[in-house]
Amino acid sequence: MSIVPAPIARQPWQMLIPLFVLASFGAAVLFSAAGGNMQPFAQSHLIRFGIFLVMAVIITFFTRDAMKLLAYPIYLIILLLLVAVEAIGFVGGGSQRWLNLGFMTLQPSELMKPAIVLTLARFYDTLPVGMVGTWRALVPAGAIIALPMALVLLQPDLGTSLALAFGGVVVMFLAGLPMRWFVTSGIAGLAAIPVLYTFALQPYQQRRVTTFLDPESDPLGSGYHITQSKIAIGSGGLTGKGFNQGSQSHLNYLPEPQTDFVFATMAEEWGFIGGLLVIGIFALILRWGWKVASNSEDRFARLLAAGMVATIFFYVAINLMMVMGLAPVVGIPLPFMSHGGSSMLTNMICIGILMQVYHWNRRTHRRGLD
Amino acid sequence: MRRSRRPKQHISSTTLKDRFDRRSVVIGAFQGGIGVLLAARMGYIAIAENEKYELQSESNRVNLTLIPPRRGWLLDRNGAPLASNRADFRVDVIPERLADREDTVRTLGEILDFGPDQMADLNARIDEARPFQPVEVSTGVDYEQFAAISVRLPDLPGVVPQRGFSRFYPTGPSVGHLIGYVGPASAEEYEEDNNPLLITPGYKIGKDGLEKQFERQLRGEPGARRVEVTASGRIVRDLETRDDIQGDPVKLTIDGPLQDYAARRIGLESGSVVVMDCLTGDLLCMASMPSFDPNSFSAGIGSLEYSMLRDDVRVPLRNKVLSGLYPPGSTVKPMVGMAFLKAGLKPNESVFCGGGLRVGNRVFRCWNRRGHGRVDLAKGIYQSCDVYFYHFAQAIGMDPIATMARRYGMGQEFPLPVTTQFYGTVPDPEWKFNKFEREWQAFDTVNATIGQGYMLASPLQLAVMASRLATSEIVMPRLVLDGSTPKFESMGVSPEYKAYVRQAMSDVVNGPGTAGRARLPVEEVLMAGKTGTAQVVGLSLSDGKSGPWKFRDHGLFIFFAPFDKPRYAGAVVIEHGGGSGAAYPIARDVMTYLFDPQKGMDALLALEKQWGGTAQERLNKQYAAYAAEAGETVPPVPRREEDIFAQVEAEARLAVRQSESMADGVITPREDPFAPGDTQGRPTT
Repeated sequence: MSIVPAPIARQPWQMLIPLFVLASFGAAVLFSAAGGNMQPFAQSHLIRFGIFLVMAVIITFFTRDAMKLLAYPIYLIILLLLVAVEAIGFVGGGSQRWLNLGFMTLQPSELMKPAIVLTLARFYDTLPVGMVGTWRALVPAGAIIALPMALVLLQPDLGTSLALAFGGVVVMFLAGLPMRWFVTSGIAGLAAIPVLYTFALQPYQQRRVTTFLDPESDPLGSGYHITQSKIAIGSGGLTGKGFNQGSQSHLNYLPEPQTDFVFATMAEEWGFIGGLLVIGIFALILRWGWKVASNSEDRFARLLAAGMVATIFFYVAINLMMVMGLAPVVGIPLPFMSHGGSSMLTNMICIGILMQVYHWNRRTHRRGLD
Repeated sequence: MRRSRRPKQHISSTTLKDRFDRRSVVIGAFQGGIGVLLAARMGYIAIAENEKYELQSESNRVNLTLIPPRRGWLLDRNGAPLASNRADFRVDVIPERLADREDTVRTLGEILDFGPDQMADLNARIDEARPFQPVEVSTGVDYEQFAAISVRLPDLPGVVPQRGFSRFYPTGPSVGHLIGYVGPASAEEYEEDNNPLLITPGYKIGKDGLEKQFERQLRGEPGARRVEVTASGRIVRDLETRDDIQGDPVKLTIDGPLQDYAARRIGLESGSVVVMDCLTGDLLCMASMPSFDPNSFSAGIGSLEYSMLRDDVRVPLRNKVLSGLYPPGSTVKPMVGMAFLKAGLKPNESVFCGGGLRVGNRVFRCWNRRGHGRVDLAKGIYQSCDVYFYHFAQAIGMDPIATMARRYGMGQEFPLPVTTQFYGTVPDPEWKFNKFEREWQAFDTVNATIGQGYMLASPLQLAVMASRLATSEIVMPRLVLDGSTPKFESMGVSPEYKAYVRQAMSDVVNGPGTAGRARLPVEEVLMAGKTGTAQVVGLSLSDGKSGPWKFRDHGLFIFFAPFDKPRYAGAVVIEHGGGSGAAYPIARDVMTYLFDPQKGMDALLALEKQWGGTAQERLNKQYAAYAAEAGETVPPVPRREEDIFAQVEAEARLAVRQSESMADGVITPREDPFAPGDTQGRPTT
């Protein structure tokens, strides 16, 4: 036996150590984004990370049954919060996405991302195996996804509603629903894109899409974000301009250098090497997540873990594609690096649940060995 | 991905587990693929396209601003500045960078205390400019206002307050026509010369006069300043500064104090004074009044000021030295005398003047209806006897006179660096036939010998004529002092005749002549001259001295001094001054100032007390009064300054046709046109 106490030794360090590195690296980038100050970003980033890490550890103590029991109530509560946000926004005039809790502002739509995965995992867990190929596997799950999506779209927040859909659909896919459904709806979805673009998107969202397709068409308007982000990343080169030396972020050319475009801020100062480090750490974390999922004994844990991986992945992929000019600007932050409470909360919930499943697995294995 | 084999529980459950495993591999692979794509994309941007983006990042970070070069000075012959630069604070706006134009302009107007007319002008200037062209809001802003704008900069994008230099003309209106003024380049000028300097805030180019003529020399080399800026344009630090190179100075032949003196001495009249050094041809003074203040034109001509200048019948925008053409009147008589001498007439040959001369069945009147008695050339000149000239002109014909007029500079265009130069008319039979298809008549010769009818000359030409009469050399006027002493060709006049005409012209002033009051109050300097009165309408319309200003006679005087050893020569023309009596006192005082500045100044100060201040002070007062009266109802300025001056020139051309209109008949001279009608201080409207 090692000298490390067992409660510490049994933590998934292969994931936690890269995660700590990433969060600290994020803090360093935020330190630079604030012009070489801990305030206002880096310090609160680290504090939040600490608090949410404790929260994640607490989540690990929940048992499988407790999670199953809580799944629907949690979903309902968050759905109500979404309605509340919508109502407040309606009263206050204009769109509102958050609730002010005093110590932080909470975006219920963020919480909905892990909640939707949890609920769907619970749903497919209870669904009799034989019904997987029938409408009963599809319609309730579809409703579970569609309700919050609709509420979030009303805000309007396209990015988050897509994230919700992505998490949900991945769980449905992994739950073993017939492949032809996905293929058919995929084709239908592609066909519907022009219609949706015309009728479902707000003008500002349409503009984001068109400028994504041709950012140079409006270099000072909404194409500005993409252009400046690419300049920041591109000017970083292999090794970057050096810590605290990024001109794009320090001279305010880069919009939102601490939230959505934190990767560009990082890349400018740390270059391609820094970028590979970040992408590599995400790869490690996500690969660990997949391992946790496939090691799981039961369907509930498996879908839960895989859904969490998908949720984190969606954040990472969309954010990085956005900052590199491969996706429209949709306002999705980069997990563990961007400054912002709600996304940190969501991602740490995902991590917490993955750790939770990891612990369930360990216990099962131990029992199996006994 | 590692898979663990578990004991089978339920067949369909296993199927689902298999599906999960297979599909998770698909998704995992998809995610890995995205990861590789992202890494590749980043590598492409950061490594392959690194150079391009590094450049863009640098051009973001570094802002290169041109520092407008300080303009070269315009110096007078003694090195005193006629146009210099003054350090000041200035504010420009760049229209395309204005976030909220209306709000910004209003804020600036409030800070700078703009009146409604200035606001209207500013808005008009912004409307007129190309979006990238800086528009001057104000120069000479005081420090408080400058600071007030500077602190509000974050809320006022597109506003450029800066320290700079603005053109300064110490003597203001006195040099307005001569020097011209500077202003921001127009859109057309930028089109022609795509120099980024032209759209640098605070950069001015010469718009008129010498400022325009010597643009290349005066311009200089711009400096540059590289600064690190934030996205909102705030300067973080200076990286590198290259100083500008000031434009070369241009040294003129003008005598600054004399120019100012002459301009002020014209007083309430409308007219011009030209003084030359007749040994070198140096133009010492080319004053034309009333004038404008070039200092106030630097942001473009304000609508209120323009409207005031435009409404003034004395056309302050016209440079009368070069674009004013007048019938020279009797000032041509010494020149006509020279034509007689060249044709073989002896100076002592005489004619009897009984107040008129009969040619055929017409009688041509002398201005002196009682007659001059027996008149030889000298008396013809100093008494300005018309009959003498009628008589001998009939004898020798028009052609020798016209030839001589041209030799003395009439109808000639001089190689001077000026924007416009009218060269007038020396009529002869051929000219008349070409122009009107009518034969030359006896009365045409009569009119021409007394400098009326079709004959027209500019004050500059009259001054040249005076210097050529004085020296009998083909003196050429010049405006730029280059260190050389020009050598002039002789006109081939015998020393005897030269002395004779000098003496006759001296007698105009110092003898029994027509301008006794022009005698210089300076010991041992005798001035020679010749008076002239040019009628602009027939005798029936006006007595030439009172009535509508426009109908009064022009007063002219050409002169040189000292008469026996001429050094300075010149001409004074007073528009509608009521006769030569309006002109020669000015010539006298200007020459007095040249020989004895103190004495000249005393005379001027006494007069200015009557007139109510110096030219500059009167102009300012006039402006204030006009502004108060006009209120907000001011017609707009033609936006292109070229248009303004094209219009001024067109009107000048039209104005000279007035005297042509009465050339169609005999012009009977007035009685006693030389009487010093005391025009000084009298209101002349």
